[in-house]
Amino acid sequence: MTGTVDHTVINLTVFVLAVVVGYHVVWNVTPALHTPLMSVTNAISSVIIVGAILAAGADTGGFGTVLGAVAVALAGINTFGGFLVTQRMLEMFKKKEPKGDAR
Amino acid sequence: MSANLVALSYLVASVLFILSLKGLSHPHTARRGNVFGMVGMTLAVLTTFSVTRRIDLVIGMLAAGGVVGVIVAKRVQMTQMPELVAAMHSLVGMAAVLIAVAVIQDPAAFGIESPLPVGNRVELFIGTFVGAITFSGSVVAFGKLAGLGRYGRIFSSAPVVFTGQHLVNLALAIVMFGSGVAFVVAGAGGQWPPFIVMTAIAFVLGLLIIIPIGGADMPVVISMLNSYSGWAAAGIGFSLNNSLLIIAGSLVGSSGAILSYIMCRAMNRSFFSVILGGFGAETGTAAAGDAQRTVKSGSPEDVAFLLGNAESVIIVPGYGLAVGRAQHAVKELAEMLIAKGVNVRYAIHPVAGRMPGHMNVLLAEAEVPYDQVFEMDDINSDFGSTDVAFVLGANDVVNPLAEQPGSPIYGMPILEAHKARTVIVNKRSMAAGYAGIDNPLFYMNRTMMVFGDAKKVVEAIVKAID
Repeated sequence: MTGTVDHTVINLTVFVLAVVVGYHVVWNVTPALHTPLMSVTNAISSVIIVGAILAAGADTGGFGTVLGAVAVALAGINTFGGFLVTQRMLEMFKKKEPKGDAR
Repeated sequence: MSANLVALSYLVASVLFILSLKGLSHPHTARRGNVFGMVGMTLAVLTTFSVTRRIDLVIGMLAAGGVVGVIVAKRVQMTQMPELVAAMHSLVGMAAVLIAVAVIQDPAAFGIESPLPVGNRVELFIGTFVGAITFSGSVVAFGKLAGLGRYGRIFSSAPVVFTGQHLVNLALAIVMFGSGVAFVVAGAGGQWPPFIVMTAIAFVLGLLIIIPIGGADMPVVISMLNSYSGWAAAGIGFSLNNSLLIIAGSLVGSSGAILSYIMCRAMNRSFFSVILGGFGAETGTAAAGDAQRTVKSGSPEDVAFLLGNAESVIIVPGYGLAVGRAQHAVKELAEMLIAKGVNVRYAIHPVAGRMPGHMNVLLAEAEVPYDQVFEMDDINSDFGSTDVAFVLGANDVVNPLAEQPGSPIYGMPILEAHKARTVIVNKRSMAAGYAGIDNPLFYMNRTMMVFGDAKKVVEAIVKAID
């Protein structure tokens, strides 16, 4: 075997490993926290903002920059809103948490 | 920052995201998990700042989006969480489409070979159509959840079905994939027409896929769209060769997929039967048949008497509780009963409400102690030895027909409220539940119906006990 590994293959490796990790981590989430799970994964998916920043800052000239900038604003709503609303929800679960193990 | 350094700090951010999800395995560690997520996101954004050429523009747009996000997060009611989450999914989907267009327009600016290699084109195709479906599907889901039915039939919470629906969807999907293939094999010259056709069809498909799905199937839909938004991010990560996007996207994608699976299992329906939709419409006519039976209906005072004299009460909350925003009143009622020495517990069905865990969050908001709230499997065996089951705005999840072979919901796991010595059911009217089938629970001798808005009824009960 000779030659370098293709980018796509590296990407696929990362992808498959991440899916496996995600599968195992998520099954451990307690059902009571499924709504916070959705809002936090929603916030995490706003990581697409990284791509948006690259698009806005890349040397594409007018069109690509505008698209990237709009995408930054859209994803930015999720970045802030997603984590904050999750925090707000989890605060509620804290307040009523009695001492010791709850279940 | 060098490319290696950037990649390494993305790796740290990825690990923080994994820890963030891991924290949700228990309420004790959940807030710490969320903080990990915030730190990871901050690191990712700051790292990317160091390689952008338009930091002024980026910070300005981020601040604009951030302000909106903060305001929404502060103001949203807990009963509105499902529509907030749906709206946010749509933003991720749209962002994915916009980024893909920017990449196709000038791949070299992203450090990708120009003209685009076939591999990148496939990835962009996938990222774009998943993103587009996520966007329009989430917009429709948002409309349905927010009750915007009066602004257009596509937002109606009732399933929207028409003849040949599946055929239309199938034909559109085929054309979409065909255009996608044309885009992949096209050179830089002829790439836009097939790309635009493909994207436009994906937007339409997202809409068509969600309109036939009714209100009570929303937990599945919202989980599915959650999953899609992750896959869209991962798809963009593939085309940008960005491991952070791939990892974070896959985490979200698999999380949403697992939630969809859990929700489908809780309704004993296959994922495809939910997605193909039309459940309520198909069985709706069967319901009207034997509506002759009588129900026993009582007043809030009667309920107060029954509850006050019970030794054990299990409260079964459903969507009606969310609609009536009755969670605080219920908490007050429960506290009064507990003060009288009644054993009060809550039983949560996985698909109660409009999104996974919806009821838990509402009860948490009302500061109901965590140890009074039980999942279906943990409490079902206790109904038989319970004096009163108080069903608040739930219907299909307590329908004993689910145990009868041949019924449309046969096999769906239910909360066995009908086994309690007395059953009290609060509903707004005798209308059938989402599944469109009758509920024998309401006609039992041991059942008393209390009609009215959940909040008003519970408040009246509280007053009567006082």
